[in-house]
Amino acid sequence: MEPDGQLKPSSLSTTDLPWQILWSKKKCCLCGRCTAVCPVQAIELGVHRKRVLQITLGLAEKPGNVFSVYHGIRQRTDVAHACIGCGMCDMVCPNHAIVPMHNDEPDKLRFHINQGGVPRRRGGRRNARESLLDEIKFVRISMLTDPALDAGRHEFELRTLLGRILPPEEALRVSREGGWMPPVREIYPLILGGMSFGALSPTMWEGLQMGVAYLNEEMNIPIRFCTGEGGCPPRLLRSRFLKYIILQIASGYFGWDEIIHALPEMKEDPCAIEIKYGQGAKPGDGGLLMWYKVNKLIAAIRGVPAGVNLPSPPTHQTKYSIEEAVAKMIQSMSMAWGFRVPVYPKISATSTALAVLNNLTRNPYAAALAMDGEDGGTGAAYNVSMNHMGHPIASIVRDAYLNLVKIGKQNEVPIFAGGGIGKNGNLAANSAALIMLGASGVQVGKYIMQATAGCLGSERDRCNICNIGLCPKGITSQDPRIYRRLDPEKVAERLVEVVVSFDTELKKIMAPLGRSTSLPIGMSDAIGIANKDAAERLGIRHVL
Amino acid sequence: MCRLFAITSKDPLSPMVAIRALDVMKEGHDGSGVGLFMTDLGGDFEQFRGGPILSGIFSNTGIKALDRYMMDMDFMTKYKLSFRPTKIPPAGTPRRDNYLIRVYEYPSGWENLPEEEIQRRLMQCRLQLREMGEKDESMMVFSFWPDVIMIKEVGDPTAVAAYLGLNRKELQARTILAQGRQNTNYAINIYACHPFFIQGMATMTNGENTAFVPIREFLMSRNEPGYSGYQSDSEVFTHILHYTLRRLHLDLETYKHIITPLKDEELLNHPNGPWLRLLKQSCRPLIIDGPNCVMGCLPDKTLFMVQDSKKLRPGVVGGNPGMFAFSSEMCGLDAAIPARDKSRDFQPMKYDTVFVGPERQEVGQWSQMDSLSRLH
Repeated sequence: MEPDGQLKPSSLSTTDLPWQILWSKKKCCLCGRCTAVCPVQAIELGVHRKRVLQITLGLAEKPGNVFSVYHGIRQRTDVAHACIGCGMCDMVCPNHAIVPMHNDEPDKLRFHINQGGVPRRRGGRRNARESLLDEIKFVRISMLTDPALDAGRHEFELRTLLGRILPPEEALRVSREGGWMPPVREIYPLILGGMSFGALSPTMWEGLQMGVAYLNEEMNIPIRFCTGEGGCPPRLLRSRFLKYIILQIASGYFGWDEIIHALPEMKEDPCAIEIKYGQGAKPGDGGLLMWYKVNKLIAAIRGVPAGVNLPSPPTHQTKYSIEEAVAKMIQSMSMAWGFRVPVYPKISATSTALAVLNNLTRNPYAAALAMDGEDGGTGAAYNVSMNHMGHPIASIVRDAYLNLVKIGKQNEVPIFAGGGIGKNGNLAANSAALIMLGASGVQVGKYIMQATAGCLGSERDRCNICNIGLCPKGITSQDPRIYRRLDPEKVAERLVEVVVSFDTELKKIMAPLGRSTSLPIGMSDAIGIANKDAAERLGIRHVL
Repeated sequence: MCRLFAITSKDPLSPMVAIRALDVMKEGHDGSGVGLFMTDLGGDFEQFRGGPILSGIFSNTGIKALDRYMMDMDFMTKYKLSFRPTKIPPAGTPRRDNYLIRVYEYPSGWENLPEEEIQRRLMQCRLQLREMGEKDESMMVFSFWPDVIMIKEVGDPTAVAAYLGLNRKELQARTILAQGRQNTNYAINIYACHPFFIQGMATMTNGENTAFVPIREFLMSRNEPGYSGYQSDSEVFTHILHYTLRRLHLDLETYKHIITPLKDEELLNHPNGPWLRLLKQSCRPLIIDGPNCVMGCLPDKTLFMVQDSKKLRPGVVGGNPGMFAFSSEMCGLDAAIPARDKSRDFQPMKYDTVFVGPERQEVGQWSQMDSLSRLH
C-alpha cells in the first residue's frame, strides 16, 4: 500500500462490495462475452502479471524468477462500476467460469453510493424480504360439516367489480327512474399494475399487451392492464383492445395530449381511468423516468423533448383540496368519456388513507380506491423513499374495509390493493389473503416482470438498475440493442401461463374454504396468523 | 347435517306430524336440538288471530321481569299456554322453569298506528326482551307476532316433544316448519336453533354458510335493528329474505336471484339480464356460497324451498291439494303424506324456487332462467 495519499475515502476493495465476482482461470476461454454483456461494466479484461519462483536443488544454479502474464477478468471496485449481481456474465459464459457471489459481510458500498452529492436512485422495491402476507394462513377448511369443493371440477366465478356500485335500494330506484347508473366493470381480480410505456421497453409492453388480449379473448379471463403514467401507443388507443386497458393519468400528465386527441377516434372505451396520486415505492414523490430512457419514441408519446429527466411533481398541480380538486378531476375524466368509464384514484398506502376513503364515499363519481403499499415496485426512485417511506398494505386494506363496513358501503367503493404481492413468489396466496381482508382485487407489477420476462431484481438488492435503461433482460431498457433480447411473443406466452396457473391456485385456495360462486371479499373468518399482534390488528384469528 | 321439514295443510295439524317426520330422517341429523315455527294457527289460538303471541323460555325471575315490562308497555294477557315440565328432562336438555306462549292484547295507544309502525314496535319489543334476558339467560324470546308460535330446545326432537307434551290439543297449526339439529358448527346456543324469525317470516337451513361473515357484515350495516343475533350462520338467510321483501320491496322470485345470482354468461342471454345484473352487483355481499337448502314461510303463509347454486343439499316437495310438505329426505315426506302421487314429487335443483301458496292447491315453480314474472 502506497503511503502517499493515494487511498481515497471511497476507495473500496472487492470485500467492500455487495457482490463479488468469482472467476475460474481454469475454465475461462477468454471469449470476452461476460465483459461485453455486463450492464455496468463491473468486469474488464485483466492482464495479470505472475511471478513464479524457480528453485532448483543443489547449489550449482542460483534460484531465479520467471515472470509471466495471463489474461482473465478483473472486477472493478469503484462506486460507479460496482457489480450489481445480475449474473448475466454467468448466463453468457460458455464454460460457467464466472459467477457473482453475495458478500456475507455487510457491504461498505452503501456508504459511498452518493458520489457527487447525488443520493442513490434505483429500480425495484424495498430491500426487505419479509412479508406479512406470507404469514397469513387459510384456516377455515370445509371438512365434515360442509363439503370442500373441487377446484378442478366445480364451476368458479372469479370476477370482481371495478366501479361505483349503488346500494340496492338506490340501484333499483335509479333503474326504475332511468337515471344515471355509474359504470361498473366485471373484471378479473388480478390487475397488471401501472407500468408505463417508457419504464418498460417496447418489447415488454407489446408482450404484455398480447398476453392480456389472449387471456381475454381466448381464455375467458377478463384481466386488465394499467398503463402507468406514460400514455399509450396511438394504435392501441384506436384499437378494440383499448377495453382491456386502464389509462393512468398522473401528475406529469405524460401522454395525455395524445390520448385526448385520440378520443374521437376511439372504437372502445377504456376499462377505467386511474388517477395516480401516489405509489407505494415512492410515497409522496412523483414519478420518475430518467433521461437515459427518454429516447425519440418515448419523447413523442409523452410529448416531451428527448434525453431529459422526466420527474413528475409529487402532486397534481391543480390539486388544492380533496373536496374540490380531486372531485373535479374525477368528474372531468368521467365527463371526457361521457360518464361511461369508471374513474378512481390510486394513492400510496398511508395512515391518512381513511380520510381519503371517507371523502370518496361521499363523491358519487369515485369508482374505487387503489392503494399501493410500502413494498410496491418502481422503475426509478430514490433509494431512501423506496426503503423507508410508506405504509404496509395489509393493515391499511383491513382498516379501509372495516371503515366501509361501519358505514355500510363495503360493496359500494371497491378497494384495490398493490405493493409486494407475490414478493416471495406466493402470488395467489398473497392475493387471496388481501381479498379476504377486504380488497376487491389486487394490482401486481414486479411479480409479472419476474415471471413473464425473467426480471432479475430481488430484495437482496440484486440488479435493480431499471432506472438507467440498462436492464440486462431488456425489460426496462429503451436501447434497441438491449431490448431486442426480449421476444414479445415469449413474454405473452409466459403471461398466459402465469395467469392461468394463478387462476388454478386461487381456486385451490377457495375450494377448500367452500367458496366458488363469488369472490370471498372480506371473508376474514377464513384466515389466521401466528403473530398475535398482527392477528389483533387485522381482526383475524390467532393460530399457533 | 340438519334435517328440515315443513308442512302446510288446510286443516290444522299437531306439530307432532313434523316431529315424527324428523324422527324418520334421524339418520341424517344428530338429534341435538329442535326448532318449531307454527303459523296459521288452529286449536285454542285460532280465536286470537289478531293479537301478538310471545313465544319463549323464561326463568321464574324472567317471568316477573316480563310481566313488569309488558305492563309498562300496556300489553294485556289474553290467553296463555305455559308449561312447567316436572319430569326429568331428556339427555342434553337443560332444566327450564317455564316454556311460555302468551297472546296479548295491543296497548290501547297503538290503536290508530299504521300497520308498519305496529310491526316495527313488535320487533322492538322482542329485541328488548331478548336483550334484557340475555345476560342471565332469564328470558329467551323467539317470536312476538300475531298468529306465530315458536318453540326451541336443545335435545332430541322426539324426546323433547314428549317432554314438553307437544301433542296437546291446544297446539295446532296449518303451517309448520321444523328443524332437527342444534348449531354444532359454532357454540351450542338456543338462539342458534332454526327456524329464525323476523316480522312474520321464517326460514331454516340445511348446511353451512361459508360466506357468513361478509353477509353478516353487510346486514348489520343496513341500519336495521332486527338484523342482529347471528348465533347461527343460517340466521342471515331469514334476514336476506326480510331485506328483499321489506327493504327492496321485491318478491320471493328475486330472493333466489339475490342469494344465488346467475353467472355472467347466463345473464347475457336472460330476458331480464340487465336488471338482474344490476341486482347481482348491488347485492353482491348477499351471495351465498352454499351448501344450503333453505326452506321458509312468508308472511302470507306461502311455503318455499330454494337450493344453493351448486345444489349440494337434499330437498323434496310433494303432497296433495290441501296438504303439501317440504322435506330434506323422501322418507320424511313419506311419513307425513304417505298417500300422494309420488310421480309428482319434485326435487328442486340449482335454478329452482318451489313454493306452495296460501291456498295450498299446487306446487309452484320458478326457474332462474325464466323471465321474471313481475316487471321490475
